[in-house]
Amino acid sequence: MFLRDEDRIFQNIYGMKDRTLAGAKARGLWDDTAGIIGRGRDAILDEMKKSGLRGRGGAGFPTGLKWSFMPKESDGRPHYLVVNADESEPGTCKDREIMRHDPHTLVEGCLVAGFAMGAHAAYIYIRGEFIREREALQIAIDEAYEDGLLGRNAAKSGWDFDVYLHHGAGAYICGEETALLESLEGRKGMPRLKPPFPANTGLYGCPTTVNNVESIAVAPTILRRGADWFAGFGRQNNAGTKLFAISGHVNQPCVVEEAMSIPLRELLDKHCGGVRGGWDNLKAVIPGGSSVQCLPSPVCGDAIMDFDWLREQKSGLGTAAVIVMDQSTDIIKAIWRLSKFYKHESCGQCTPCREGTGWMMRVMDRLVTGEAEIEEIDMLFDVTKQVEGHTICALGDAAAWPIQGLIRHYRDEIEDRIKAKKTGRVSAVAAE
Amino acid sequence: MTDLKKISIDGEVIEVDGAMTLLQACEAAGVEVPRFCYHERLSIAGNCRMCLVEVKGGPPKPAASCAMQVRDLRPGPEGQAPEVFTNTPMVKKAREGVMEFLLINHPLDCPICDQGGECDLQDQAMAYGVDFSRYREPKRAAVDMDLGPLVGTCMTRCISCTRCVRFITEVAGVPEMGQTGRGEDSEITSYLSQTLTSEMQGNIIDLCPVGALTSKPYAFTARPWELRKTETIDVIDALGSSIRVDVRGREVMRIVPRNHDGVNEEWLADRSRFVWDGLRRQRLDKPYVRRDGKLKPATWGEAFAAIAEAAEGKTVSGIAGDLASTEAMFALKGLVGSLDGVAECRTDGVALEAGNRGSYAGTAKIEDLDDAELILLVGTNPRSEAPVLNARIRKAWMNGAKVGLIGEAVDLTYDYDHIGTGPDALAATVNTPAEDWTPVKGKKSVVIIGQGALAREDGAAALAAAMKVAELGESGFLVLHNAASRVGGLDLGLVAEGGIARALEADVILNLGADELDIPAGPFVVYQGSHGDRGAHRADVILPGAAWTEESGIFVNTEGRPQLANRAGFPPGEARENWAILRALSAAMGKPLPYDGLAALRKAMFEDVPHLARLDTVPENAHEALELGVLGHAPYAPALADHYLVNPICRASTVLADLSRLRALREAKPMAAE
Repeated sequence: MFLRDEDRIFQNIYGMKDRTLAGAKARGLWDDTAGIIGRGRDAILDEMKKSGLRGRGGAGFPTGLKWSFMPKESDGRPHYLVVNADESEPGTCKDREIMRHDPHTLVEGCLVAGFAMGAHAAYIYIRGEFIREREALQIAIDEAYEDGLLGRNAAKSGWDFDVYLHHGAGAYICGEETALLESLEGRKGMPRLKPPFPANTGLYGCPTTVNNVESIAVAPTILRRGADWFAGFGRQNNAGTKLFAISGHVNQPCVVEEAMSIPLRELLDKHCGGVRGGWDNLKAVIPGGSSVQCLPSPVCGDAIMDFDWLREQKSGLGTAAVIVMDQSTDIIKAIWRLSKFYKHESCGQCTPCREGTGWMMRVMDRLVTGEAEIEEIDMLFDVTKQVEGHTICALGDAAAWPIQGLIRHYRDEIEDRIKAKKTGRVSAVAAE
Repeated sequence: MTDLKKISIDGEVIEVDGAMTLLQACEAAGVEVPRFCYHERLSIAGNCRMCLVEVKGGPPKPAASCAMQVRDLRPGPEGQAPEVFTNTPMVKKAREGVMEFLLINHPLDCPICDQGGECDLQDQAMAYGVDFSRYREPKRAAVDMDLGPLVGTCMTRCISCTRCVRFITEVAGVPEMGQTGRGEDSEITSYLSQTLTSEMQGNIIDLCPVGALTSKPYAFTARPWELRKTETIDVIDALGSSIRVDVRGREVMRIVPRNHDGVNEEWLADRSRFVWDGLRRQRLDKPYVRRDGKLKPATWGEAFAAIAEAAEGKTVSGIAGDLASTEAMFALKGLVGSLDGVAECRTDGVALEAGNRGSYAGTAKIEDLDDAELILLVGTNPRSEAPVLNARIRKAWMNGAKVGLIGEAVDLTYDYDHIGTGPDALAATVNTPAEDWTPVKGKKSVVIIGQGALAREDGAAALAAAMKVAELGESGFLVLHNAASRVGGLDLGLVAEGGIARALEADVILNLGADELDIPAGPFVVYQGSHGDRGAHRADVILPGAAWTEESGIFVNTEGRPQLANRAGFPPGEARENWAILRALSAAMGKPLPYDGLAALRKAMFEDVPHLARLDTVPENAHEALELGVLGHAPYAPALADHYLVNPICRASTVLADLSRLRALREAKPMAAE
């Protein structure tokens, strides 16, 4: 069953409709924002918690709970909302669609979320490569200011609120929340040590909440339509609708809003025109952006796209960026490409990631060509385990997981390639 | 304050301050945690990941113990102390993993590395390393940088712990190092690849846990295990920093700082650290006597006879230079006194009087700066006169202290209120309280007066005024001296009525290493010292003495703390210990001093000045107000003409000469066209 159109939060995700404020208002955005704010902080937090919304940036932490970590009373320091629009995860392109086609969802979300955490200012940190997206979002912010929806007494709610758009310089690591704060403060984007967590000591040492664009952008609609409506989608603990970005070997790659817990096969077949060459031509799927383990094709048939099911498979929903690979894919080379990416984007601050990403990539280099020893597969797995969990931020984990997935599911293929290189013979080829 | 928390470390429950890090708590429990980036006196970076420990009940991954505070741990469900483990398989595996990562790109050049034998990476690899490498790929190499004449680099060895960056930025206050690049290509560099300018840069050599930053002057000259290490005291400035002198055979190979929380923490200024090559050059190794206008080598007997002959029936005076130990000064005073002469230590004409100890050694301790809320500097440039003290003032400033300066507006590495350039501002401070830089009661403050204000005509008035300011604000009072001998000399009473001018009037002058003043033509001058410098040139007889590393002596530092400098080596040639020369001279002049050994001398000295016997304690000094005088108007001039070349040993050092030359070049560099 398709998600019904009227249940889609992002009504203009494809940019076919009017992107201006007037268009947004016609689609129901900015409708009685003052009324939502008028419910009060606690009511909004309760509603968000009840909705079961989990962070859309990848980690899936409950958003309402995160907001409630902000101090109830200010100790004199201002509170900040920071929106993480540094969408750089390979394969992920959902936030950019929001920002360029439906930016008012985000702007309104900033106001509502900012109020819920006692913040009078929001900083949107947008990825360096997003030029047009920044322009579109800036236009939306300017429109909102002109219309009195931001600024003093924003949307006549009695709450003063400013939104600042900051353009990053294109580093993947600046999408890590504390590195983002460092970068926003004008320093080199290197993750901070936690604790202290941003909710206590964040931007400029003040209480800060960093949220993904989608998490913020869905908030006004959830509050308008009610937590029960939102919680009605998806399995228990995996509520709501979600933007899925499907790329790779499908007939029609797309970004689509669907209910959580949709089976993977249904997602691909109904929205993407199916896997290129048919379902049986599927080799593997990376279900959540580059940072999670891939699913081999036998598992894909049963796959349910939500946090918990994928976690059970040692993979993850991540950003819900589904990368589909058919049988023509050299899976080793595909994962090697990701290793190269992480090696390039490691910030170099802490030892395991700085040294480990380069090492892993170089071993992957040789696994691609087969110029390796069989034992090196286990060694590589061991190295990934040595990186995982030992770093300051999650980039080390993200670099380790795709390789672990590769070794878990495609060990035969790696071994075959090494043997073929050694002997000059290709073993066990299916009859053509 | 007492936010005590219980914590269990490897099963042993201890109670520690909640603000402590897990690493500190582990140390309190007697468990050593390996670390590279963590350093007690620097900010926490948490980047080496060597100090990982297991926290029970936390996330299923090890935690960096240097960054996690005890209070961040949640107690168990029934209030049990949170449990931390440092010896579980998880911890061992994590640390071994980190060690392997550190080593894969580290060159195996320990045999040619100066850090070998005192290398943290080497030591910890013994505990957590393995004896083979799984790394088959090419190792990374990095381009070395030129940091100037002091710090040699071998950046391929760097493990990016960023201790050097943090020191230069936080402690030295000259942010000229940083990490550029990303990932495995990131490297530590200096700003725009320029050389370092900090006068405390040598400390990054000690801080570097590997051999990436090494001492250039010491490069490839010795191994740590062949050095004889003597713990002693620095005399290049009046701070009396704790140092260790490393000697091989007869030669001092290097000087490194020791930890002393009350004085230098664990830092050392470059001019103190790299002065050792000055101990080898320009040394006086035999006595000389001037005959026919020329100094000719002589025996000790001839030299003493020449002095005895010249002094027969004449007036004799003694002057003590900047590097004299209290023992030598005590012997000088005794000898001159027996000849009815005067002894003087204030060679720069500074207006300080013996007796009122609070006025020349101050009433505060250096430690008092740490929690001061206001620090008032009068006629001093601590960055030039005592860089380590300046770093301490900077630390107080970082903790929120306000600094006011009366004197030349120079870059002190921290912000200060520039109240004025001369005595007018000082007078205003006495007369108009309640400005925000005026010390007031109830707010901890320290007033520091320097030689720039004291060594001039109105010095006594400046001293009285500064003490008045301190009295009004109930401040601590410190006098920043530049000569290591000065407080000791004043304690011993080497003061003549009429000051240095009176001492210079005598017919025969016994000059105990005073090189910073010009002795007019006329008197017969006996120069006793270690180096052929200004004083020796003016001398009629030269008596070769030991330098401070070659004899045991007590020095009193600028806050009035007596400290013992130990003998690290022997003086060259026929040179002798200074007190022994004076004792022998006294016999030759027919007035033998009443002691035959150092112990007897000290006994007599301690009877005279008891507090010298209480080593490493700062006596409480009472505040005794001085009569206010008339202040002049001329702005305060810098006390030191050249930061690096302050005494004969420094002037004999080629390293310091190089530094002085480079600094002059930098300062003379033409500005870019506007």
